[in-house]
Amino acid sequence: MSLTLLQVIVSGLLLGAVYALFASGLTLIWGMMNVVNFAHGDFVMLAMYAAFVVWTAFGGGPAASVPIAAMLLATVGVLSYFLLVRHIMRGPMLAQILGTFGLALFLRYSAFWLFGSDFRTLPDTILGAPFEFWGLRVDAPRLLAGAIGLLVILGLHLILTRTSLGSKMLAVSEDAVAAQIVGIRPEYMQAAAWALAAGATGIAGALIATFFYTSPTVGETLAIIAFVTVSLGGFGSVPGALVAGLLIGVVESVSAYVIGPVYKDVIVYILFVLVLWFRPQGLMGKA
Amino acid sequence: MTAPLLKVEHLEVRYGDLIGVADVSLEVPPGKIVALLGSNGAGKTTTLNAIIGVVPTSSGRIVFRSEDIAGMPAYAVVRKGVALSPEGWRLFVQQSVENNLMLGATPLADKSRIGGLLERVYTLFPRLAERRKQQAGTMSGGERQMLAVGRALMSDPQLLLLDEPSLGLAPAVVETMYETFVKLHDTGLTILLAEQSVDLALEVADYAYVLQVGRGALEGPAKELAGNAEVQRVYLGIG
Repeated sequence: MSLTLLQVIVSGLLLGAVYALFASGLTLIWGMMNVVNFAHGDFVMLAMYAAFVVWTAFGGGPAASVPIAAMLLATVGVLSYFLLVRHIMRGPMLAQILGTFGLALFLRYSAFWLFGSDFRTLPDTILGAPFEFWGLRVDAPRLLAGAIGLLVILGLHLILTRTSLGSKMLAVSEDAVAAQIVGIRPEYMQAAAWALAAGATGIAGALIATFFYTSPTVGETLAIIAFVTVSLGGFGSVPGALVAGLLIGVVESVSAYVIGPVYKDVIVYILFVLVLWFRPQGLMGKA
Repeated sequence: MTAPLLKVEHLEVRYGDLIGVADVSLEVPPGKIVALLGSNGAGKTTTLNAIIGVVPTSSGRIVFRSEDIAGMPAYAVVRKGVALSPEGWRLFVQQSVENNLMLGATPLADKSRIGGLLERVYTLFPRLAERRKQQAGTMSGGERQMLAVGRALMSDPQLLLLDEPSLGLAPAVVETMYETFVKLHDTGLTILLAEQSVDLALEVADYAYVLQVGRGALEGPAKELAGNAEVQRVYLGIG
């Protein structure tokens, strides 16, 4: 394998880890309560602006913006749950779709109002120059984003599978009435899921902002990637989101390199359709 | 006479236009096993669900330790010291046996007691100890019933509600299960037992109520009801 191809695969994996991270929030909410959060992309957008504000206000880099965006978005997630989602869940599926879609528009146009429609970028120098190891050239922001992405997904997975909080959250998603019988308040666990999912999304957004432009409509572009990642990995599966995110990242960057950047999305969607053709539940979803 | 631990007065539960329970009154004295009998659809499950707080009561009082708990949500009721082993078990089938038990301990204020309570459940049901890492969904019906009772015991309740613990189980398993209830009774636990199998329930119970289409039809000490032809009549709907 040529060094360039290896280089392309490595950058694909790093990008894929970030895709996986912001898809994991979406899949967690679905797995927990069968709600599709159409405002997910706009959660990412908010986190990107948070990173931007942290930098313009006091020159803070990811070390400051990642935790701030995580806390901000966790708060937004909990508020969205208590003020909106909890109520629309009692309605028909259409109410859920339109409800979170309305939230998306509200966030998007709030961003227009607050920040204007200009595309913003953080300076390339925010994390220093690209560096090389073993002959591979790696951009510092992408390496950081990929590494943190992987760690946060691992952390999320451990919380869901190894802790008492995760066990209670799973209990609510399995049987909310049985959960109440053992003394769990379902709405607390659902709020916790929103905090975790939106918090992880906040981290993803602050990381993406270090190498991607920020605008009020960037959420649309990113939401599509998140939806593709989640359906490819299997709705509700965090490990599935990881596998699918890495796969999409690699396919995207390899096809951009081999066929040309214009075609990378076509290849990703062909792969997407093929996988769902043969495995409609996604790679790691339950049938 | 000591005050009853649980007192249900003229309970009525409606599901929209349907009446789940029309008029049920009962008393459970501390330390006793009280049986709630009746054929399918008589309102046994609805009564227990109303007590634990997963179905709303439309009228009547449910008094537990001299506090009206009618209309209180389940997560609050279990913190008062009531636990339910529900009909159909309603286990968390994707989780391990031990996780199910740990979830049962959610109402405990003092988490340091979990170890001792877990030990008690494993002593009562050694089979659960052997399978502690196994996924609940992969177990047999008898094991699931054990786990449902074990999970309810993990909150160290004062009142244990058992909903049809013999339903669909092999006779040998049912016998072991009932021996366990007697053991629990001997340690002073108060039990309200809903059961379709009259003979089985009357053997272990101190007192029994028979429901018929959502109303209390008959009651009396278990020993007296055991030989009573009236019970059979109520069951067969002749009465």
